[in-house]
Amino acid sequence: MLLIHCPYCGVDRPELEFRCGGEAHIARPLHPSATTDEEWEAFLYLRTNVKGIYAERWRHIHGCGRFFNAVRDTVSDKFLTVYKAGEPKPDLDALARDAQKGETGK
Amino acid sequence: MSQPFRTEKGGRIDRAAEISFTFDGEGMTGHGGDTLASALLANGVHLVGRSFKYHRPRGILTAGSEEPNALVGIYRNGDQTPNLRATQVELYGGLEAISQNRFPALGLDVGAVNDLMSPFFPAGFYYKTFKWPKAFWDRVYEPVIRAAAGLGKPPKNPDHDRYGNLYAHCDVLVIGSGPAGLAAALAAAETGARVILCDEQAELGGSLLSEGSATIDGKLAPDWAGETIAALGAKDNVTLLARTTAFGYFAQNFVALAERLTDHISEPDPNVPRERLWQVRAREVVIAAGALERPMVFPENDRPGIMLADAGRTYLNRYGVKVGHKVLVATACDTAWQAAFDLADHGVEIAAIADMRPNPPDALQAIAQARGLRVETGCVVTGTNGRKRVKSALLGRIVEGGVTSAGDVACDALLMSGGWTPTVSLYSQSRGKVVWDEAVGAFVPGVSVQNERSAGACRGVYGLAATLEDGYAAGEAAAKAATGKTAALARASSNGADAGTGGVLGTLPHDRNASKVKAFVDYQNDVTAKDVKLAVREGMHSIEHIKRYTTTGMATDQGRLSNLNALQIAADALEKPLIDVGLTTFRQPYTPTTFGIFANVSRGDFFDPVRKTPSHGFVEEKGGAFEDVGQWKRAWYFAESGEDMHAAVARECEVVRKSVGLFDASTLGKIEVVGPDAAEFLERMYTNPWKKLAPGRCRYGLMLNDAGFIIDDGVIGRLADDRFHVTTTTGGAAHVFATMEDYLQTEWPDLDVWITSTTEQYAVAALQGPKAREVIAPYIDGIDLSAEAFPHMSVATGTFNGVPCRLFRISFTGELGFEVNVHRRHGKMVWDTLSTEIEKHDGVVYGTETMHVLRADKGYIIVGQETDGTVTPDDAGLTWAIGKKKPDFVGKRGLARPDLVAGGRKQLVGLLTKDPKIVLEEGAQVTKLAKPPAGTPAEGHVTSAYFSPAAGRSIAMALVKDGRSLKGETLNIPMPAGAIAVEVVDPVFYDKDGARLNG
Repeated sequence: MLLIHCPYCGVDRPELEFRCGGEAHIARPLHPSATTDEEWEAFLYLRTNVKGIYAERWRHIHGCGRFFNAVRDTVSDKFLTVYKAGEPKPDLDALARDAQKGETGK
Repeated sequence: MSQPFRTEKGGRIDRAAEISFTFDGEGMTGHGGDTLASALLANGVHLVGRSFKYHRPRGILTAGSEEPNALVGIYRNGDQTPNLRATQVELYGGLEAISQNRFPALGLDVGAVNDLMSPFFPAGFYYKTFKWPKAFWDRVYEPVIRAAAGLGKPPKNPDHDRYGNLYAHCDVLVIGSGPAGLAAALAAAETGARVILCDEQAELGGSLLSEGSATIDGKLAPDWAGETIAALGAKDNVTLLARTTAFGYFAQNFVALAERLTDHISEPDPNVPRERLWQVRAREVVIAAGALERPMVFPENDRPGIMLADAGRTYLNRYGVKVGHKVLVATACDTAWQAAFDLADHGVEIAAIADMRPNPPDALQAIAQARGLRVETGCVVTGTNGRKRVKSALLGRIVEGGVTSAGDVACDALLMSGGWTPTVSLYSQSRGKVVWDEAVGAFVPGVSVQNERSAGACRGVYGLAATLEDGYAAGEAAAKAATGKTAALARASSNGADAGTGGVLGTLPHDRNASKVKAFVDYQNDVTAKDVKLAVREGMHSIEHIKRYTTTGMATDQGRLSNLNALQIAADALEKPLIDVGLTTFRQPYTPTTFGIFANVSRGDFFDPVRKTPSHGFVEEKGGAFEDVGQWKRAWYFAESGEDMHAAVARECEVVRKSVGLFDASTLGKIEVVGPDAAEFLERMYTNPWKKLAPGRCRYGLMLNDAGFIIDDGVIGRLADDRFHVTTTTGGAAHVFATMEDYLQTEWPDLDVWITSTTEQYAVAALQGPKAREVIAPYIDGIDLSAEAFPHMSVATGTFNGVPCRLFRISFTGELGFEVNVHRRHGKMVWDTLSTEIEKHDGVVYGTETMHVLRADKGYIIVGQETDGTVTPDDAGLTWAIGKKKPDFVGKRGLARPDLVAGGRKQLVGLLTKDPKIVLEEGAQVTKLAKPPAGTPAEGHVTSAYFSPAAGRSIAMALVKDGRSLKGETLNIPMPAGAIAVEVVDPVFYDKDGARLNG
């Protein structure tokens, strides 16, 4: 059972209260009709699905109900950071480096 | 004395309390504090089971949860719990235990023929032997193998016990209460940290309870343990949990504990749960799981009476039981010598101490000499005799190039020790990677991945003094990491129980015919050294493959006893260093854990919530049938006496169309959409246009996903410029709400809209039929119900019988219809009022089956029945519902995708069987030919099929490739009894121009 920090509630809560919403920062095109078939396909279906540091959407569905974004290491299942919807995507490489430092510093 | 192997005195048993129990029906006695294993041994019983594959007689090997052999069934309350380890089963008055995997009896087992046939059952024999003929797989091989192999039988009855659950938080969780665990708990508790100390055994104290002469602070080790535990128990910040196994170490220091509360009690309080699941979130964890002694792999090392040396010492010192009258001790390390000394001090004859090392420590030899014990050095056991209990052992002298016979030794028990293996299971579960420690001669925990540390023997720190020190240090460090606090604690000093040297891995050398003898590596799965070598010869070079091919390490101890020996044997066969072979990963649960504790309270009525509508009691009283729709219980149909479902549904349908019917529509999803941008929001979420919809009017809404497929539909009423009452399908309510939240929060946060689920707030009674207005009119105030003022697809607020209501004029039947929405608390009043009122008009109450038929008459789709997530509005004939002038809505761009505009899509059509009495099967395939050749793809499938009283015949809807262009043509529905011919028609079967709607 993961503990997840909700940036809106400001507290750690068990995974049961949350639902994962897939990869973050996939914005719906502002003018969908202007997109090509390939662009629309990419928006609908193509995800990076990385093994490693991944920015994804979570919703505190049994809490405040808000969507937020989180950076999680899909190998270790560790959350590196969480941030509110609309905030810019953090530097994933820097987060990975910090996490690595934390590991070896132990 | 009835317990011939009981010592005169000593041990932690309650000698005053004599307890009667039975084993395979034979009455015996033991004492309070005994385990079933110690009580059996006190009665001289070593033979307790038959092995898994060869049905060889097996005895008690250990004194703990790692026991591979002594698996028993315990009868209680008329049922049995199988595969319990006798070493963990606490004795209580009247306990009934049975042995397993034997027929007809433990002493005489016909399955033992497997042992003679063993050349035919090598590793992987399943894969080699049972390949042909294929017809035998299910009918012969599997039933025979299942009957012959396997251990206990599953219980027959549902588990009537209760299981509890508890969430707990602490600063420091200490797992294991031996010297390291107690010291860690003391050190952590001294700082004021909240500490939980758990141990799988009945009594806290771990290995300290088995010590005979070692002292701590001048007290005998078990006494010091008792005082320490009492002192810890008196502290408010310490929770002590005996009989509690930490069985799972999960992410972020989430540790699951199973506490056994009643299994040891003769007549438990029925109000106390059998077990309790502790879900502990610990800031820091100290693992003090100790180490396990390794069996020695010599020929016939599995006879009853052969036991681990430290287990023999535990039975003696802790339980007051002598494992034999004449005991041979075979060892490769120092610690087993202490077992020989302790036994000798209790008057047990020591046949010999056979140490395979040429030069065991002089100090040990001196002590043995002082006691007059025979010592053989450079000496191994090369075989044993005795059918149901060891009678003698063959000794072999290790010489240059091999082994020569050193005669045989009579004995009735054999204690062995191949050295010690740190228990790294929980560390491994925490995702830590073990590392090989050459000095320890075993794998030990490496870098911590979570906030945990191992202390004592489980990380290869041996000897009482060092273990205590390691525990204190770990407890201090854990408390500091968790709370930042430290405290000065006087540390206890100990004397005795020093760390030993020595140990061996893999098979022992012998002078026997290697192809004829069995030396067991994994007792529970009957894996021999030969099997491991064979697996390597047959190409299994990874330990993961060897493990699965031979099943070594796949028993309930997950190889805690066997892994290192198996690895060494594999490494020797592969001619590689052991560390290059690798170790398999330990997984949850640490020991077998009941299903009950996982299911916990989520059983029966508590498995899933049941949602009931306001008419629920009415339906029950009237004897209506219920249909499960998600978590909802909905009325299905109301059969009158003598009616079956079809007759009841036909009657309900006819009455609705002739006069009036009442239906509970409370389960419909309802969402209140409010705010200045409410219309704009719906404009984007639904295909239809909303901005021009006038307040007081309703519209059918169709929701797609961005791929262009239908995901939901429902009627939406506009109550005011900035307020809409949205309805969804019953099953789609939660998903639609979540989807709306998703778009609102993450794509269009600029929209000024609030959405609220109101499904539970409104109860809905639907009145349908030509007399609906007459029925409802007397109760409605504040709304003009005339066709002119309140036409089809209207909504208004008013009162029903004095309570506020939202009244919709809508229809899912094609008849004049009203839906009364009131606060849920008034739902029953509305239902009771209307169900009484309709009687005056010869009306009926009806359920979901009639609702389905009535809507199918009109060709109204049900999302999830006519659609399956791949159906577009055009496929379903709903192009009219798309607002073509809108620049965007969810799914608009998707609808323009090449595959969605291409020809050949399946389209919704009606089907009429040539024989009007035949009702098609929903889901049946549609083909062009009556007997299509094998491999012909279907043209489509039937989505709905009913007998329609209104049409006077059967009707059906289907999704058929290019179906709309096939109208008038004949297609076929191939069925086992022959194809059914159907004509393709328009999917509206009744009142095509909708005159009845506007009544």
